[in-house]
Amino acid sequence: MSVDPRIGVLALQGAFARHAEALEEVGAHATEVRGPEDLAGLAGIVVPGGESTTIGMLLRSAGLWSPLRERVSGGLALFGTCAGMILAARGLVDPGPNDREPLGALGITVRRNAFGRQVDSFEADLDVRGVEGGPFHGVFIRAPVIETWDSDVEVLAWQNGRAVMARRGPVLVCAFHPELTQDRRIHDLFVRMAVGEENL
Amino acid sequence: MSEERGTGRVKRGLAEMLKGGVIMDVVTADHARIAEDAGACAVMALERVPADIRADGGVARMSDPVLIERIQAAVSIPVMAKCRIGHFAEAQVLEALRVDYIDESEVLTPADEANHIDKWAFTVPFVCGATNLGEALRRIGEGAAMIRSKGEAGSGNVVEAVRHLRSIVGDIRRLGTSDDAELMAAAKNHAAPFELVREIADTGRLPVPLFCAGGISTPADASLVMQLGAESCFVGSGIFKSGDPAKRARAIVEATTHYADPDVVLKVSRDLGEPMVGIDVTTLPESERLADRGW
Repeated sequence: MSVDPRIGVLALQGAFARHAEALEEVGAHATEVRGPEDLAGLAGIVVPGGESTTIGMLLRSAGLWSPLRERVSGGLALFGTCAGMILAARGLVDPGPNDREPLGALGITVRRNAFGRQVDSFEADLDVRGVEGGPFHGVFIRAPVIETWDSDVEVLAWQNGRAVMARRGPVLVCAFHPELTQDRRIHDLFVRMAVGEENL
Repeated sequence: MSEERGTGRVKRGLAEMLKGGVIMDVVTADHARIAEDAGACAVMALERVPADIRADGGVARMSDPVLIERIQAAVSIPVMAKCRIGHFAEAQVLEALRVDYIDESEVLTPADEANHIDKWAFTVPFVCGATNLGEALRRIGEGAAMIRSKGEAGSGNVVEAVRHLRSIVGDIRRLGTSDDAELMAAAKNHAAPFELVREIADTGRLPVPLFCAGGISTPADASLVMQLGAESCFVGSGIFKSGDPAKRARAIVEATTHYADPDVVLKVSRDLGEPMVGIDVTTLPESERLADRGW
């Protein structure tokens, strides 16, 4: 990369600070996004883990929902982890009353809390397609899964037969939390996607 | 591939996901729905809010499981519940109930005056209150995966939470400027595990998230404690003891997210109705000061 790409981290609620640290470590310039004006000049945006109902509400009250959706449908690279994957999806399986319409950044439907409650949260090694150098350690916190996906969506990782990571064009989602480990390979993949060096 | 549960990373991971959010005390499923609708990132399921526990007196215990189950059924966000300090059997019941976090809380009547729960023995994560850095590190040493200031629960008065936060954050900052030879004396003075003291001196932060609790009643209270270094807010009596809980809950959520933007805090502070009636903490007799429970 010639100039450090500017990657936004949606900073309304959740694990946004850890993502910003990870992005800086792979050579990106991370900036917090709290309002529509913060979307200017971004090469990509990370939608972090947190509570999807909370972030979904705050996206709307901050006036970010429509501008973000427009930017993403216009080709802005997006990386969604856990709640971020839920918000990036086209739809939810069995939505609750506070599950608002997601951004529809890629053609997947997602089931929230698919592994159960916190006592069922776990870590496990994953084989991730497109990430070289051995298994990636996945940290799953009340994690969702990808239940259905369009034919143009590529599933990149599985856990016990369930799809937990996917990609289409410049949009990358995973059910687990690479920002909670020191392994930066997935953040590096996303930054390369954002600058157009890593095409599907 | 094989799955490992209840690790430190998995326990602290949920606390990471709750950052920048508001955890609200609720006593009914209706409260829980109002909280989730207002943007709470989690709820604390209780039989009575701290202000009522304070007013009622007597021994305050873990809630009836049926009350917690109703709240678990009502919302999709994490549900926390409280057990008494040192009452590991209550904690075992709450783990069997599959609550998402256990608060070993001074708001309930302590069950053990000498020992807190060995929290490493559980799969479910724990949050514990602290009034200073030493207390926080002792709880982390016992396995707590999140620390919150104690504040003075049920008082509607943020002064104690501010005292505790300033003490914890200030002592973390001071450890960062200590040289290696001073760290053992610091561990002695804080009555804290040496390895944790050294870790904080190296990293400049607690190894687990630091949240604020105790007396937060207004959006500006939330902004204040976030600016002082809290990473999230617990709001207890402040919401459901106020005139318009749904509106106040939503306003505190907005103020927690946009804590550094006074224009947003101003906007959401308008026309919230009656706040809860507060207590001047200095008038509380020592026997009624909840923050003095635990050590």
